[in-house]
Amino acid sequence: MSRSSDEIVYGLKRDYLEKISSGGNRIDGRKFDEYREIKITTNFVTRAEGSADVRLGNTRVLVGVKIEQGEPFPDTPNSGILTTNAELIPMASPTFESGPPNEDSIELARVVDRAIRESKMIDLDKLVITPGEKVWVVFIDIHVLDYDGNLIDASTIGAVSALLEAKVPASKVGQEDFQLPINHIPVMVTMAKIGSNIMVDPSLEEEEVATARISVATDENGDLVAMQKGLSGSLTVEEIFKAVDTSIEIGKDFRKRVFGR
Amino acid sequence: MDTTTKKIVLPGEEIDLQGMKQGNGIYHENGKYYAYQLGMLQFYNNYVNLIPLSGKYYPVKNDKVIGKVIDIAPSFWILDIKGPYPGFLHINDTPWKSGSGELNKIMNTGDTVFAKVNEITESKQIWLSLKDNGLRKLEGGHIVSVQPTKVSRIIGKGGSMVNMIKEITGVKIQLGQNGIVWIDGEPDKVLLVIKILKFIEDQAHTSGLTERVKEILEKAR
Amino acid sequence: MSMVSNIKLIDENGLRIDGRKFNELRPIKIEVGVLNRADGSAYIEWGGNKIIVAVYGPREAFPKHTQNPSRAIVNARYNMAAFSVDERKRPGPDRRAIEISKIIGEALESAIFVEQYPRTSIDVYIEVLQADAGTRIAGLTAASVALADAGIPMKDMIVGCASGKVDGNIVLDLNKEEDNYGQADVPLAIIPRTQEVVLLQMDGNLTREEFGQAIEMSKKAALFISNLQKEALLAKYSRPEEKEEVKEEEAEQENHGDDNHE
Repeated sequence: MSRSSDEIVYGLKRDYLEKISSGGNRIDGRKFDEYREIKITTNFVTRAEGSADVRLGNTRVLVGVKIEQGEPFPDTPNSGILTTNAELIPMASPTFESGPPNEDSIELARVVDRAIRESKMIDLDKLVITPGEKVWVVFIDIHVLDYDGNLIDASTIGAVSALLEAKVPASKVGQEDFQLPINHIPVMVTMAKIGSNIMVDPSLEEEEVATARISVATDENGDLVAMQKGLSGSLTVEEIFKAVDTSIEIGKDFRKRVFGR
Repeated sequence: MDTTTKKIVLPGEEIDLQGMKQGNGIYHENGKYYAYQLGMLQFYNNYVNLIPLSGKYYPVKNDKVIGKVIDIAPSFWILDIKGPYPGFLHINDTPWKSGSGELNKIMNTGDTVFAKVNEITESKQIWLSLKDNGLRKLEGGHIVSVQPTKVSRIIGKGGSMVNMIKEITGVKIQLGQNGIVWIDGEPDKVLLVIKILKFIEDQAHTSGLTERVKEILEKAR
Repeated sequence: MSMVSNIKLIDENGLRIDGRKFNELRPIKIEVGVLNRADGSAYIEWGGNKIIVAVYGPREAFPKHTQNPSRAIVNARYNMAAFSVDERKRPGPDRRAIEISKIIGEALESAIFVEQYPRTSIDVYIEVLQADAGTRIAGLTAASVALADAGIPMKDMIVGCASGKVDGNIVLDLNKEEDNYGQADVPLAIIPRTQEVVLLQMDGNLTREEFGQAIEMSKKAALFISNLQKEALLAKYSRPEEKEEVKEEEAEQENHGDDNHE
């Protein structure tokens, strides 16, 4: 009871969303491949090396990037380090609880991390201070402020935006500060399955009744760099191929429209 | 109506009763009167009342609310009614009969009812009832929530606003005093009603609202 | 307060390193209703501080053993984002955050009519997105506004300000350098209507006279900030068209609730 009462879905809401989806409709009037409005404010936290305040519809995520000196991993002595963390703080939703990261926040952080790492967005080889001894560590911290669905995409957009503007504080080691070296730009597109339909950028209402979820990240070549299937329902192989195609399409538009690249 | 002005007051703000009596939402200390929460002052029938502009639903006896079943006990259902406390619905306060332990065959978690607040005990137990006209388990349709403080605006004077919306869109609407709204109709009309509800919520403080809502509805027809 | 430094914090013209006079506040901006999901919310910028506050409740207290049968409990949770400070902070509460949460919760509770909502909790989440000295008072000041926005019944909206001692002078609202290298810091919060003190801490070294001066200075500033809180709420809730609406709506408010619409 209590906190979990917000997690119990109105049965008739589930039926209604399934029913209208079979006629091609979504509850907020969007088309299946239509994203909610995106607003990004970069450099929101001037104390961070990079930051972005992202609003995706009514979802709001703040991402901060800190870049500090650290020791390289023994197996990659000539490479900087990327680390991603997400906090689903109780401010953002009556269903989030305080405490150490749970499986939802860990999955969120790892999926975002995968898109950035596997697309080779950051040129980690250029983040070495003293080979084998000292490298730059890039910390991506995702702070969810307002939860209205699709945290994976909102957080990825935030992380990419914050990294694009991040500066390495090399003046701390007697060099000149430099822009974080960027090679690629990943775009993540998450879709939800309601009834037998797949729709992009699910709102909270849609997430609550979705049976399956799939996130696909692509790079500017249209290559796939990361995927995650979520929730307990299944997807057909055809549905997955369709989701991949949708992600590639939307990725192209996004890279231009949202990141100007 | 003996009204003068309607003023927004903030918690702790001193209130001049202008010779009238202390009504709801006002507290007094050392012979002075103060606002108890954020709200609007209303001078009515020789009473000064504070009408809240925000906040959770607080149940009042005989309110009609929409609740969601969140748990089932041997002889009653536990419902989320969006207030600080859950609502309880005993099998004896429904039109149904059941042997003990079979309540989930009648209503399960996630099911929705339109019920009335029957009793509020001293320890804030809220007992609901389905024994009155129109009270029932809701089937089909969709659920949206609005701020409970805006429900009276959505109803409109003598039901004028909600009746107009129903008439023009053909959508069935059931308003819970707790800010939960049940709507059923064609998907595009339901979407229109959701937009109208948001519009009324946002514009609740402005004038000529009924006319503007009518205009939007006529345009969408 | 313990760091030793040769930094000169007051110049020959009697101005502080950010150009302020002794009794001058940093710029403060408050916004109401910045979040959708929370029952009430507020955002405050105070100098370089950026803080969001969300309020949930009154809602059934959870876990159940925390419920008080005669009143609501007030839970404040003060949390700093990892990127809010120069050196990345490890996520999660440390001892400092737990102490601050406790005293903010107690201060807020002093103004709330808690007996109105037995067995419930009123949860106040204070997220420091960027820290620049004075976060606890800035957070508490925004929390009062968020509570009002959530419709929580209160005696008054509590408000605060810190003052301290820098290069031997009592000054208002310490900035980061003054906080690090100054000689004393005294955060204070009051119920503005009665001027009762609901939060007070002090560290460093002050004479009895200096302490009196600091309290006077903070109190005066707090009353000024109290007006900023009110302006922020009125900016959200009262709109220019308000007055006309009054008469038209009068009757409606009376007869809500007795309709059975179908």
